[in-house]
Amino acid sequence: MDDGAMATTASLAGAAPAAPAPRAEAGRIKMMARDVRVFYGQTEALHGIDIDVLANEVLALIGPSGCGKSTFLRCLNRMNDTIEGARVTGTITLDGEDIHDPKLDVVQLRARVGMVFQKPNPFPKSIFDNVAYGPRLHGLAADRTELAAIVQTSLERAGLWDEVKDRMNQPGTGLSGGQQQRLCIARALAVNPEVVLMDEPCSALDPIATARIEELIDELRESYTIVIVTHSMQQAARVSQKTAFFHMGNLIEYGDTEQIFTSPRETRTHDYITGRFG
Amino acid sequence: MTDSVANPPAPRFASVHTSPEARARLRRRYAAERRFRIYGIVAIALALGVLGVLFFTLVSQGYSAFVQTEIALDVHLDPETIDPEGTRDPARLQRVRYNRLVEAALREAAGGVAEGQERALAALVSTGAQFIVRDYVLANPDRIGETVRIRVPASSNADQAYKGFISRDVPENQRRISDAQFAMLDRLEEAGRLATGFNTILFTNADSRQPELAGLWGAVKGSFYTLLVCLVLSFPIGIGAAIYLEEFARKGRLTDLIEVNINNLAAVPSIIFGLLGLAVFIQLFGLPRSAPLVGGIVLALMTLPTIIIATRASLKSVPPSIREAAVGLGASKLQAIFHHILPLAFPGVLTGTIIGMAQALGETAPLLMIGMNAFITEAPDGLVDGATALPAQIYIWADSPERGFVERTSAGILVLLVFLICMNGLAIYLRKRFEKRW
Repeated sequence: MDDGAMATTASLAGAAPAAPAPRAEAGRIKMMARDVRVFYGQTEALHGIDIDVLANEVLALIGPSGCGKSTFLRCLNRMNDTIEGARVTGTITLDGEDIHDPKLDVVQLRARVGMVFQKPNPFPKSIFDNVAYGPRLHGLAADRTELAAIVQTSLERAGLWDEVKDRMNQPGTGLSGGQQQRLCIARALAVNPEVVLMDEPCSALDPIATARIEELIDELRESYTIVIVTHSMQQAARVSQKTAFFHMGNLIEYGDTEQIFTSPRETRTHDYITGRFG
Repeated sequence: MTDSVANPPAPRFASVHTSPEARARLRRRYAAERRFRIYGIVAIALALGVLGVLFFTLVSQGYSAFVQTEIALDVHLDPETIDPEGTRDPARLQRVRYNRLVEAALREAAGGVAEGQERALAALVSTGAQFIVRDYVLANPDRIGETVRIRVPASSNADQAYKGFISRDVPENQRRISDAQFAMLDRLEEAGRLATGFNTILFTNADSRQPELAGLWGAVKGSFYTLLVCLVLSFPIGIGAAIYLEEFARKGRLTDLIEVNINNLAAVPSIIFGLLGLAVFIQLFGLPRSAPLVGGIVLALMTLPTIIIATRASLKSVPPSIREAAVGLGASKLQAIFHHILPLAFPGVLTGTIIGMAQALGETAPLLMIGMNAFITEAPDGLVDGATALPAQIYIWADSPERGFVERTSAGILVLLVFLICMNGLAIYLRKRFEKRW
C-alpha cells in the first residue's frame, strides 16, 4: 500500500498544474506533507502520507468514512494537538517552513491556515461579533471602522453580506444552516488566512445551500489555497483541481481531479469512485 | 414447500403487531406508564404535604414572634433624677438609672400599685425599657422636665400573657404570670396602654438573655460576613480549579485520584470540616474564635467541591464545536476558555455556586466547632468580631425553654428559609438570564 502511495506521488512530482493560473504564484507548492503519520495512543491512524498542496488550487480529499482524510486535514493546522493522546510524526511545511518547528507559533499557524468545520458552529453571539472575533483576536483592525470594513469584506466574500447586512446584531445562531456555514467561512476569511481547510462543509446542508458554497469555493480559489474533505464524488469533481483518495489510513492515489475521475491508476480508486465500495 | 408458498395458510392476523399477544403487550406497556405516573404524582403529593406540615408548624409557632406587646408609658423626665445640675452633659446623662422613671411611669399607668407588688409590676416591662428612655433623653435633651409618652416593650412573660399563650386556668404556681400581674395587665389594657405592634426588635437587635430583646440582626450580619468570606474564597478558587482540571490537566492516575477525592470531599460530614477549622485555623494559625473569617474559610472548604463539580459539569456540556471554532481561528486555549467556553458554562457555574452558598448558609455543625454558637449581644462589625450565624442562632434559641425563645426559634427558621428561597430564586433567575440557546 505504501509503495503504491509513494509511486503515485512520485509520478506526480513532475506533473504540470492542470488548472489555469489565476495568479502568478499559482501552482507553487503552498503546503507539503511528507511521511505524515498520526497515532491515537498506540493505534496508527495515518500511515505515512505524502501530499503537495498547490497555491490557489482546490485539493479534494476523498475516501470512505474512517479512512483518515479528516485526520490528515487536521494535521495541516495542528488541530490534532487539541486531541488528547494524538501524536503526529513526519514533516509538514507551509511555504517551506516546518509547521512543527518550535519557533513557529501554533496560534500564528492557525491564523494562516484557517478552518471550516463539518457542522456549522457559529458562536452564540451576534453576526458581527462572530466575524469580528478573529480580527479582534489578532489585532488586525486599528479601530471600529476598520473592523467593520473587515467584517463587511469577509461577509461579501462569503456571499452572505446582502442577506445579513440589516441584522448584524442578531445572533449568528438564528441563521439557516447554509447561512450559518457561510458565516463560518466569513469568520475564517476575516483572519485573512492563506490556506482554508474545509472539513465536509456541505454535509449538513441542503442541495441549494451546497451549490451556493461550491460556487463560493470556486471564487475563493482566486485568493486562497483550499483543501476540502468531501464525501460527495460530484462535489470533488466539481470544485477541485487536485484530488487525493484515502483508504484505511493510506493515500492510494493523488493527481489531477480530471485524471482521477476519468482514468484512475489504482483499481481501488476506480472501485470507490464508481460506487463499488465505501 | 411449493404448496405452502402457492397456498399459504390464511393467517388469522394480518401482522404480528396486531395479534392478541401484541395487544396484551401494548396494554401492559401503557399500564406500566400509567403506574409510573401515579408513583410520581403520589411522591410529589407526599412531598408537598410534608412541606405543608413543616410550614404550618413553623408559621403557627412563629407568627407571634413577629408582633410584640408594647406598653405606652407617660414618662416624666424628672430633672431632679436625670440632671440635677442642669449640665446636659451626655456622659452624665448616660449614667442615670432610668429604671426608676420607668417604674414610676408604670405605677401611674397601672393606676397605682398595692403594697409589696412593686416588683411584680416592674416585671411586666422589659428590662430594656430603661435604655429606650435613656436613648430618648440623649436624643432629646431639651425635653427634660416634660412628661413624654414612650412605647416600651413588655417583658416576655407579659407579652406571652397578652398574646394569650399563658392560660389563667392553670394553677398560679405553675405559670409565669401571677394573678396579681394578670390584674395589672387588665388595668393597663383598660387604660388603653397595651398594644401589639410589628416586632422591629427581632430584626434590629442581636441576641439577648431577655427573649423580648433578642433579635436576629447579629446573626444575619454574622451570616452575611461568613458567606462573604466563603464566596470570595470558594468562587474564584473553585472555578480556577475546575478549569484547570477540566481543560489543562493531563488526564491520568493523578487527576483520577483528585477527581475521586473531590467527589468524596463533597460527602464528608460537615462537622469534620468544623474540627479541621478548629485544629488548623484556630489552634495552628491562631485566628480568633467565633469569627466570621474562620467560619467563612471552613464553609468555603465545604462549598469548594460543590462549585468544582458544578463548574466541571457545565464546562463539559459546552459543545466541543465552539472550542474548535475558537481554536481554529487562532485563539489560544485560555482565550477559547475565557471568551467562549466559560461564558457559555456560566449559568451552570452560577447555579452551582448559589446552591453551594445556600448550603453554606444553612450549615450549622462546623460553626458549632469553631465557636460561632457563642452568646453574643452585639452585631459584628467586621470579619474578626465575635459573631454567630442564622442557623447557629436558631440552635441557641431552640435550646432555651422560655416561650419567647420558642416562638423566636420558629421565626428564625422562617427568616432563614426566606433567605434560602431568595437565593435559589436568584439562581433560577440568573440561569434563565444568561442561558444562550443555539
